[in-house]
Amino acid sequence: MSSKNDTNITQRDVLQRLKDRLAGRKGPEYWRSLEELAGSPEFQRFVEDEFPNRSSLLEAMKMDRRSFLTLMGSSIALAGLAGCRFLPAEKIVPYVQAPEDLIPGVPVYYATAAVILGYGVGILVESHEGRPTKIEGNPGHPASLGSTDALVQATLLDLYDPERSQNVSKKGQAATWDAFFAEARKTLASLPAGGEGLRILTGTVTSPTLAAQISEVLRKYPAARWHQYEPAADHNARAGAVAAFGKPVQAIYHLDKAARVLTLDADFLGQPPSNIRYARDFAERRRVRRGATEMNRLYAVESTPGITGAMADHRWALRPGEIEAIARAIAAGIGVRMGADAHQATYPWVDAVARDLAAHHGASVVIPGAGQPPAVHALAYAMNQALGAVGSTVRFVEPVEATPVDHLASLKELVADMRAHRVRALLILGGNPVYTAPADLEFADALASVPFSVHLGRYDDETAATCLWHLAESHYLEAWSDVRAFDGTASIVQPLIQPLYSSRSAHEVLAGLLGDPIPGLEIVKNHWRAGFAGPDARFEDAWRKWLNDGVIPGTAAKPVTVPDAKVPAPTPVVADGYDVIFRPDPNLVDGTFANNAWLMELPRPLTKLTWDNAALMSPAMAVRLGLATREKAYVANNQVVELSYKGRKLKAPLFILPGHADNCVTLHLGWGRTRGGSVCAGKGVNAYSLQTSDAPDYGSGLQIAPTQDRYELVSTHYHSAIDMEGRHPVLWRTFDEYQRSGYAPVAGDEESTPSESMFRTPPEYANYDGYAWGMSIDLNVCIGCNACVVACQAENNIPVVGKDQVSRGREMYWIRIDRYYQGTTEADLENPVTFFEPVPCMQCELAPCEPVCPVGATTHSHEGLNQMVYNRCVGTRYCSNNCPYKVRRFNFYKFSAGQPNNAPGNYDNPTYKLMANPNVTVRGRGVMEKCTYCVQRINEARIKAKEQNRTIRDGEIQTACQQVCPTKAITFGNIHDAGAEVSRQKQEPAKFVLLGDLNTRPRTTYLAKFRNPNPEIGTEKSLE
Amino acid sequence: MAQVFPRSANTLARVSLFCVVAGPLAILLTGSAITRSGFNTKVDVPLDQPVPFSHEHHVNELGIDCRYCHTSVTKSSFAGIPPTYTCMSCHSQIWTNSPLLKPVRDSLATGEPLQWVRVNKLPDFVYFDHSIHINRGINCNVCHGPVHRMQLTYKGKPFFMSFCVNCHRNPEGYLRPREDVFNLYVKYQRGDISAEDRRMLDDPDYVPSPAQVAKGKQLVKEYGIKKAQLTDCWICHR
Repeated sequence: MSSKNDTNITQRDVLQRLKDRLAGRKGPEYWRSLEELAGSPEFQRFVEDEFPNRSSLLEAMKMDRRSFLTLMGSSIALAGLAGCRFLPAEKIVPYVQAPEDLIPGVPVYYATAAVILGYGVGILVESHEGRPTKIEGNPGHPASLGSTDALVQATLLDLYDPERSQNVSKKGQAATWDAFFAEARKTLASLPAGGEGLRILTGTVTSPTLAAQISEVLRKYPAARWHQYEPAADHNARAGAVAAFGKPVQAIYHLDKAARVLTLDADFLGQPPSNIRYARDFAERRRVRRGATEMNRLYAVESTPGITGAMADHRWALRPGEIEAIARAIAAGIGVRMGADAHQATYPWVDAVARDLAAHHGASVVIPGAGQPPAVHALAYAMNQALGAVGSTVRFVEPVEATPVDHLASLKELVADMRAHRVRALLILGGNPVYTAPADLEFADALASVPFSVHLGRYDDETAATCLWHLAESHYLEAWSDVRAFDGTASIVQPLIQPLYSSRSAHEVLAGLLGDPIPGLEIVKNHWRAGFAGPDARFEDAWRKWLNDGVIPGTAAKPVTVPDAKVPAPTPVVADGYDVIFRPDPNLVDGTFANNAWLMELPRPLTKLTWDNAALMSPAMAVRLGLATREKAYVANNQVVELSYKGRKLKAPLFILPGHADNCVTLHLGWGRTRGGSVCAGKGVNAYSLQTSDAPDYGSGLQIAPTQDRYELVSTHYHSAIDMEGRHPVLWRTFDEYQRSGYAPVAGDEESTPSESMFRTPPEYANYDGYAWGMSIDLNVCIGCNACVVACQAENNIPVVGKDQVSRGREMYWIRIDRYYQGTTEADLENPVTFFEPVPCMQCELAPCEPVCPVGATTHSHEGLNQMVYNRCVGTRYCSNNCPYKVRRFNFYKFSAGQPNNAPGNYDNPTYKLMANPNVTVRGRGVMEKCTYCVQRINEARIKAKEQNRTIRDGEIQTACQQVCPTKAITFGNIHDAGAEVSRQKQEPAKFVLLGDLNTRPRTTYLAKFRNPNPEIGTEKSLE
Repeated sequence: MAQVFPRSANTLARVSLFCVVAGPLAILLTGSAITRSGFNTKVDVPLDQPVPFSHEHHVNELGIDCRYCHTSVTKSSFAGIPPTYTCMSCHSQIWTNSPLLKPVRDSLATGEPLQWVRVNKLPDFVYFDHSIHINRGINCNVCHGPVHRMQLTYKGKPFFMSFCVNCHRNPEGYLRPREDVFNLYVKYQRGDISAEDRRMLDDPDYVPSPAQVAKGKQLVKEYGIKKAQLTDCWICHR
């Protein structure tokens, strides 16, 4: 119950309340946010409010009772009339000549590859009469194995973004491709001999065709130079390899072979482009079923809480500069030869970790993080060699990049040359260096001195505005190309649709500049034909097979043997003051995806922040700095702080993140854009404006000053909060405990005993003998990566609602990922145990939502689905109010047809309409909606099976969330089929039911989480 | 003092009282009648089409199979409207100069598709699948009316929800052996069709005979149809 004096609580009140609660608690406690832990009245209000997301319009308008009744009366009268209309005439437009093999109404799938940060992820794209509508993973592609992540899913929205660049422009004025090529060729011809002064700037290039084209340019203009800069790539791994082995080899990890994993600030589950594969491999060693005798163990040392740390069995939050010392200590413990003073860190757990890793010789692996300096990478390589990991859990291969160079050095060189007026023509192929270059380079300023600058990009962004020419770049779904995956496997990037606008690919632009303007298909095909080993006649067959399979066999990067890694001398630890950490945003990465509304609104895995970034810091640090001494202590998140670093200042809102390393602040990159579309412009703060080229990952010397400003951050962490009333939202055991108990059921009586139910007794169709759909979600392998959320959004035409609407709790996700923290001591606040719990509609057999609907708009199907019928719904929202799981979503506006605050997601926009899944209704204003178990997929499979006179096979229906899941944490199927995977999972002792005592009998059940802590390192909390 | 109300006020009062009761009723009934009339539903109303295509001529007189033009009807939710090329496969040989076919020839020449006016339309929130219905032996005419006799195409049934649900509740009357769907038109053309089948094809108000219902019951078993589940909301709405 909310207290009476909740209007003006003070920091002291909240701290006291927090302490009281902490003192009074014995058992484990799960909480979603500091507000909840402290029992803040805001949180209680949100949980207890009958309609937390209702409109405050009446209050805002100060409407009196009379005008309200007048409006209501006329609304009711007019609502009846609105239904009266004659059916509009509609045209049917057939083909003139039907394409071969196309059956209208039946989607076709094409294999291609999504290009993420220059690397490929194999995908299969669903096409409805030529419109790409959904992206799925390609099971035959090594970087996908049938899954994708949130980024790959969201690239679909990028294609249809109406704010993409649509044409060529010169100084902001519309121009033509012909005019550009004419001027460009003239400029190239006017360059001094050998093309002196011609520069090309790209991101990471793995495309063999593009690399060949650039080589050709460099052959034709020998004095020209090629620079590369990819802000969010793993530059330190490359530099570390050079330091350790003298050459830029690339490490590929095989986590399916790893029993023990140590990450040194590495977010291998979240960092593209290898995250999808690594997550799958990691999960293969982590799944626990009855009788399991093995489970991998993950140690994570990290600064910024990430999903990898959240999965760890042991996690330590340390300043980024301290991690090298830890690495050295562990390295010494496992026998890496180093200098005498190497053993620096003195944490008690270091030796235990080293012993555990060494004990699993050949089955353990150390993964260094992209944000760690090259020395840590070199150390990790040496550790892996000492652990016998090379050849089993880690493989060294030739670099996949066409030309591995030090990107930052390459960019600095370009800037220096631009300043010295040595650059006469600059061709920027993709990327947005004006925005992403570290602030001290002052790239825009340097670029202004280049007489002929060209930017090829998908958005009219900061770089486009600074360059003389801006060329619209084609999306990967509309242009031919090729790309290599993180392991080197090449794929042909096959377009699914003609370019929507007057755009071209980098291949076409380069070909045009070289004077041979042939279409992209020919450029790519010619390249592969030239390198084809077999007879020419066989090439066509091979080409068709590559397109069909989505991979080109035999193109994986060649393994290389490496000498013993040289371990560099220790870097002195600079730990004065505070550190600032620059990290790619989990959703926007370096800003590449900034104008993607799906990714903008998608709550970040740990902070659950949407539409903004923030200065993330630990609770202890905030208190120490006095930032949390203002009223509403733990809701201090909306306070703006001024960050000063190396002479630059940035104001950013504060967000206190439990588990963040102490004495450092994380800023996510990719925000604070000034151009590039209405979705990204003006959202968040630009961390690049503090980043310097000497320390792009982190640096010391940050100063933090409070300001009087406030800024409203919107985090969904307590939206849709289930009122647990002391129940456990997630169940977990240690693996050892589970084994010793003889795999005893995890859910106790408390969870599994249904209470008296006020709902009707099972209806007669509970005895229905057909299909009975059910789902099982394995919390043990859910990594909280959000892929399911975006996949569901793409499959089910779920709109984006905008920051204002999210702040009212009106986000529309049909599946959400609840993030719980556990831990009741003050130390736990600094490093809590983290759980992720995906929550779709539970499809309760005794659904509380059904009896309260006055119009029968939500009913039960015989197959066990809790059906929502939009055309019957009148929007009373009683169902949502009565749903204990809070999974129902209401269309407060016609989100599908224009946002109240002009946010995107507007399906009435002609380009967005192309994207919609034709098999799912686009919902209008005033109706309730929720997860359907992807009933369109069920119906499709049912019809197909019936036509073939058979029953639906197990695994034939995959829900969108299940199909996308990198770790295969979600299983769906017929629970009447005892042999189905989902039925087997529901028989597991680890099965538990969310709010099982409510007797709602959900069809969606969970498998408990297991943790596998090292018995040598402290005791672990558990349920008992 | 004179009477305030004249004598006629009595009548006026009675009429008013009557109107208060009957007026709204009349409005409702009229509205309902308009809704259900061909004026709104367009049942039995041929629509203006770019080409006055006759199903009677092509199906009944020439004996062209439905699937020749509606190619995807057995494979997809959508029956398919023939591309210009399909028309021209015959009309490049016969009636090559017919003025009625000029739009078809123009379409071929210019590459601009023909634009037909949709005759049978379901609301957007209804997901109907042709393939499964054909697969269960539901004849085209059960929903589309006597298409094989239509000189100009018109809507045969109003497609109110009750129409769909009636059959989904009691599918026995309309289930047929799969191969019968298209064969019946051939039989009809040859004249060796049973009276029951002829009634089903020709009569928009066809009521299945007990014999057909018995056969249908057999087919419900054979096809493994779970009748109860056929009226679940999400079978059609999603």
